Amino acid sequence: MADALLTLEGVHTHIGRYHILQGVDIDVPKGTLTVLLGRNGAGKTTALRTIMGLWKPSRGRIIFDGTEIGGRSTPDIAREGIAYVPEGMGVFADLTVEENLILAARDGPIDTARLDWIFGFFPTMKRFYAHPAGVLSGGQKQMLSIARAIIEPRTLILVDEPAKGLAPSIVENLIRAFQELKRTGTTILLVEQNFRFASMLGDTVAVMDDGRIVHRGTMAALANDDAMRTRLLGLSLETH
Amino acid sequence: MTDASPPIPALEPIPRVKRDVLPLLLVPAIALAALPLIGSPTTWVTLTIAALAMGMMIFVISSGLTLVFGLMDVLNFGHGAFIAVGAYLALTVLAPLSGWMQADHLGLNLAALLVAVTAAMIGTGALGWAFERVIIKPVYGQHLKQILITTGGLIVAEQLIHVFWGGDQKAIALPKGLRGAIVVGDVALEKYRLLAVAVGLLVFAAMMLVLNRTRIGLLIRAGVENSEMVEALGYRIRRLFVGVFVAGSALAGLGGTMWALYRETLTASIGGEVIVLVFIVIIIGGLGSVGGCFLGSVLVAMLANYTGYIAPKIALASNILLMVAILMWRPQGLFPVARR
Repeated sequence: MADALLTLEGVHTHIGRYHILQGVDIDVPKGTLTVLLGRNGAGKTTALRTIMGLWKPSRGRIIFDGTEIGGRSTPDIAREGIAYVPEGMGVFADLTVEENLILAARDGPIDTARLDWIFGFFPTMKRFYAHPAGVLSGGQKQMLSIARAIIEPRTLILVDEPAKGLAPSIVENLIRAFQELKRTGTTILLVEQNFRFASMLGDTVAVMDDGRIVHRGTMAALANDDAMRTRLLGLSLETH
Repeated sequence: MTDASPPIPALEPIPRVKRDVLPLLLVPAIALAALPLIGSPTTWVTLTIAALAMGMMIFVISSGLTLVFGLMDVLNFGHGAFIAVGAYLALTVLAPLSGWMQADHLGLNLAALLVAVTAAMIGTGALGWAFERVIIKPVYGQHLKQILITTGGLIVAEQLIHVFWGGDQKAIALPKGLRGAIVVGDVALEKYRLLAVAVGLLVFAAMMLVLNRTRIGLLIRAGVENSEMVEALGYRIRRLFVGVFVAGSALAGLGGTMWALYRETLTASIGGEVIVLVFIVIIIGGLGSVGGCFLGSVLVAMLANYTGYIAPKIALASNILLMVAILMWRPQGLFPVARR
């Protein structure tokens, strides 16, 4: 297995009086797509938000590219080279698609070659480039949210349930986009409940339950072992 | 980077962009509805110009506050302090410039005002910075404490004004060149009101330019909508907020100076008196919306002026009624900002 780009060691997170993450250990190998699976309420989103600094870990270490980032501010963590695609997509509805991307390209003007590359796997985005993001459909917003995360090269991309509620044709688009990103060597940590989507993309997998990691391994091994998958994931995950 | 695979044909329709112009129609609707009630077209024009002038001053005062609320969810009841301090600073600066103020030269008159307004804005901007650091910063995310402590800040500021400038009412005269009116046909247009309209429009245009054409402006708009995501993109929202707070305080100082000159008198409670209108404006405009704030200011001022003439007894309540009516129609205000 490649060197870990991101490591969580015994990470605990409290939100108010709730103890959500209860000692999470994950390695995200460099240049791979790691899928974080688990039922609703297992703590997957909290794990991503804790990595991003949106919630502070109460205990444990988060090491990114050899640097401890646990407890640092969100902007500092983002500037280390981590991009975040939240579950709600987080697009700025009052801004146009172009303006959303301008803000995401914080190092300067948008690189037109990179934009064309993004248009390659999200061709419809070119047509609504000048539109306010608020008028877009869910799938179009998801495209924008991912485009915003990759408009400049980032070392690690955290993606929270990108396929949730989207039409199959849009999900196909997303699969192609992530496959393309993988080809560029980008490291991705993907939270997902759609097992088909996850299994088509994942290299490694971690399964969460009740705020802990209960399984780590390769996606191929999990996909090929029905009994283990049923035991770990139950019936709540979408397998179609 | 490698070449992407051939694209999947796009099946989704291009979204339609709808322009929401309905709230804008309220301005001509109220103006035209008032005309038969007022009776005299000349009086109607005079009242409308007065309303526009008042509206622009309220907008200048309110614009920063609406962004402060939108960006960091901060309820600043102490905004009135910047209005009052700005006006008193201008009064202080204008005292030694009385020669310029009384000169028969419009250029000198305006230069005196420019110096006073600049001093007021610098002073209230600095006060805003200190206010944010000392009073607002410890109570981020705690609305009740924000209301209590910023109201306390306003009271302290008013008492400090009594200490430094005295508790009596001050006269603040208009410069000679801005007194009186320009008569067009049968209509008398007060010069100072025309200047106030021009300044208000200039501030609005500058704000729209900054908000729509600069990266800082985009960040402010994005931050009003979803500050967490702005941080996740790598921007420090707190720094942005402090900048907006300082700019908003400086604009309140400018508005306070304009308001004091409009009334030609000044007391320490001037901020507290106008702050009710300011809150009505930012609520009916849509919290965090500069365009809504502009429209709300004009509507509030029009209604205040028209009802003040037609039915003075209901003038005080008219803006509350306007707010209730608008919130029943659009509970998030006229131009709500999309919030996560």
